[in-house]
Amino acid sequence: MSVLEIRDLHVSVGEGDDAKEILRGVDLTVRSGETHAIMGPNGSGKSTLAYSIAGHPKYTITGGTVTLDGEDVLEMSVDERARAGLFLAMQYPVEVPGVSVSNFLRTAATAIKGEAPKLRTWVKDVKSEMELLEMNPAFAERNVNEGFSGGEKKRHEILQMRLLKPGIAILDETDSGLDVDALRIVSEGVNRSREEGQVGVLLITHYTRILRYIKPDFVHVFVNGKVVEEGGPELAEKLENEGYASYVKTAEVAQA
Amino acid sequence: MTDQNTTGLTTESAVLAGELFGEGVGTQAGPPTTPADSTAVAPGAHSHGGTPTGSPAERFTSTDPDAFGVPTGREETWRFTPMKRIRPLLDGAASDAKLSWTTDLPEGVELARVDAGDPLLKGLPEPVDRLAALTRQNAGGADVVRVAQEAQLDRPVTLGLAGTGSEDVVWGQLVVEVGAFAKATVVLDHSGLAKYSGGVTVLVGDGAQVTLVTVQEWAPGAVHGGQYDAVVGRDATFKQVVVTLGGDLVRLVSNVQYAGPGGSAELFGVYFSDETQHQEHRLWVDHAVPNCSSNVLYKGALQGEGARTVWIGDVRIRPAATGTETYELNRNLVLTDGARADSVPNLEIETGEIVGAGHASATGRFDDEQLFYLCSRGIDAETARRLVVRGFFADVVQHIGVDELQDRLMATIDARLGALPGLDEQPVEVA
Ligand SMILES: Nc1ncnc2c1ncn2[C@@H]1O[C@H](COP(=O)(O)OP(=O)(O)O)[C@@H](O)[C@H]1O
Ligand SMILES: [Mg+2]
Repeated sequence: MSVLEIRDLHVSVGEGDDAKEILRGVDLTVRSGETHAIMGPNGSGKSTLAYSIAGHPKYTITGGTVTLDGEDVLEMSVDERARAGLFLAMQYPVEVPGVSVSNFLRTAATAIKGEAPKLRTWVKDVKSEMELLEMNPAFAERNVNEGFSGGEKKRHEILQMRLLKPGIAILDETDSGLDVDALRIVSEGVNRSREEGQVGVLLITHYTRILRYIKPDFVHVFVNGKVVEEGGPELAEKLENEGYASYVKTAEVAQA
Repeated sequence: MTDQNTTGLTTESAVLAGELFGEGVGTQAGPPTTPADSTAVAPGAHSHGGTPTGSPAERFTSTDPDAFGVPTGREETWRFTPMKRIRPLLDGAASDAKLSWTTDLPEGVELARVDAGDPLLKGLPEPVDRLAALTRQNAGGADVVRVAQEAQLDRPVTLGLAGTGSEDVVWGQLVVEVGAFAKATVVLDHSGLAKYSGGVTVLVGDGAQVTLVTVQEWAPGAVHGGQYDAVVGRDATFKQVVVTLGGDLVRLVSNVQYAGPGGSAELFGVYFSDETQHQEHRLWVDHAVPNCSSNVLYKGALQGEGARTVWIGDVRIRPAATGTETYELNRNLVLTDGARADSVPNLEIETGEIVGAGHASATGRFDDEQLFYLCSRGIDAETARRLVVRGFFADVVQHIGVDELQDRLMATIDARLGALPGLDEQPVEVA
């Protein structure tokens, strides 16, 4: 059972005179077993929220708190956050030349579990998850994200989520750039984790189409660095029909 | 990493890493955004009436050492080299000193000795500097590895060349002659203590596929200079993998020329310098015939105060070399303060009718995004750094294509980086 609590989070990028506030007071609570969709236009700060929770050094927290089961996440190093049960499927996964996928996965699993996983079961787990995500076994010997297509990168992110079994998973536009088949395969992977019951999901997306595969319990509309409206799945339908225009306009008026 | 460029124009930049990136290593040290001080290198001088010159456009060559004069260290060719440390080779007398040879010759390969007057030697590409000319002269002949036409070797040709600690300079000249349509890998595996200057020429027959691996795992104190030439036949493929890990000073010059159209050359290199080491790799790819390609990838890491590496990548596309495709990339990873990596790519294009030409050079600290990605999966920063550096090297080492050798070299690199906890215990195969 995990609870991620974000309170009045303010985040900026850049330094000195170039500093720019991106998040302007985000409040959000995600519990195990819940799926929250965060929907917002490009540039509204969704990735900034995801990276800030994961601890990317580029972002400066200027106010507010983030806790996981009451523990101060902002005090933790990046790897400590992951070991505490946070996972971020990145919008733009990073290439790591010369490091094979199998070596990477095993090193990560060893770090998260605190001991090397038993070889036999591990190999079986990796193999079967890769099959379910329709990834060619040859993938395991390729270098992390190097030369992967957009869809392959996203499958690889979900493969990691499946194997590392986080308490809270943040999926940053995992749907973007996927064709219909890949979207279904990736969504099924996420749903397998949800069915196992223990994961809380923060599903960040620009479009509603992934919500046809992954049904959210809550929908948050994210504009200009904060949550501007919250509701159930019906809110996603409203966005599908009306887009973000009215929210963006309101935000601009509020800022002026 | 910074200073990426892929222009088709002549660009020269030498990045003084130690000055650019002052702060500590790791996720805290932001990636440098602007090269604050890139020292430009004077454009390569043209050759005037036989004056020796370094970089393009025209390069002076001669078999006569005196045609070059005695280097002072101010010449383009020598300006990066610590003259005091190379002096033992430049001043070395002819000698009987030898490296100790251990050979593994598969079927289809013969090893022979030819003397100085042999016509084979007359036809080789000429020395490009005084040291190479002295080497040709003092070697007094050559050892020749011959791979028969159309031979398909069942294993690499391996020459283990070990220094025996002699005070005298060892002079060597090796010719690897690979017949048309043969396929061969030749490994030169240098170790031990020596003052060694060795010329290596690879004659790649038409349609042949040749990989030359040269490993410098010299003992501390060793000094190694050498000129490598490849003459790539029509539709032939030449791959060179240079691995420089040991020795005090290693200075290798690798030249490629094409004897006919359709040739392809891949030049890979990896080097790892610590505070006692100077490692210098100078490349010259001369595209003078149509439809050939070249691809250069050199990666180096530097660790410790005074660690020093030099990479010079000269590529020239002459007017006749239409349809050329070339790319060169040098990356240097500076692991600690006080190390210095010079990186000078130089591309000269004299015809517009090419397929593509580009180069990139990057010198810097760890890539923060890579470290963040690994750490975000629970991997601690120290292990993440080791994985990244290990991967940085493996990226090149895996081009060797000889598993045992790759494993041995990665083990050497691992040992220099410190053990990777938990990683080596159990190999993982998923397939
Ligand atoms: N490193 C950065 N420097 C300056 N601005 C940035 C940086 N990273 C993000 N931004 C800006 O922050 C805003 C939010 O970006 P992001 O979080 O990526 O939005 P989203 O994921 O919703 O598209 C954008 O205006 C973007 O340009
Ligand atoms: Mg985004």
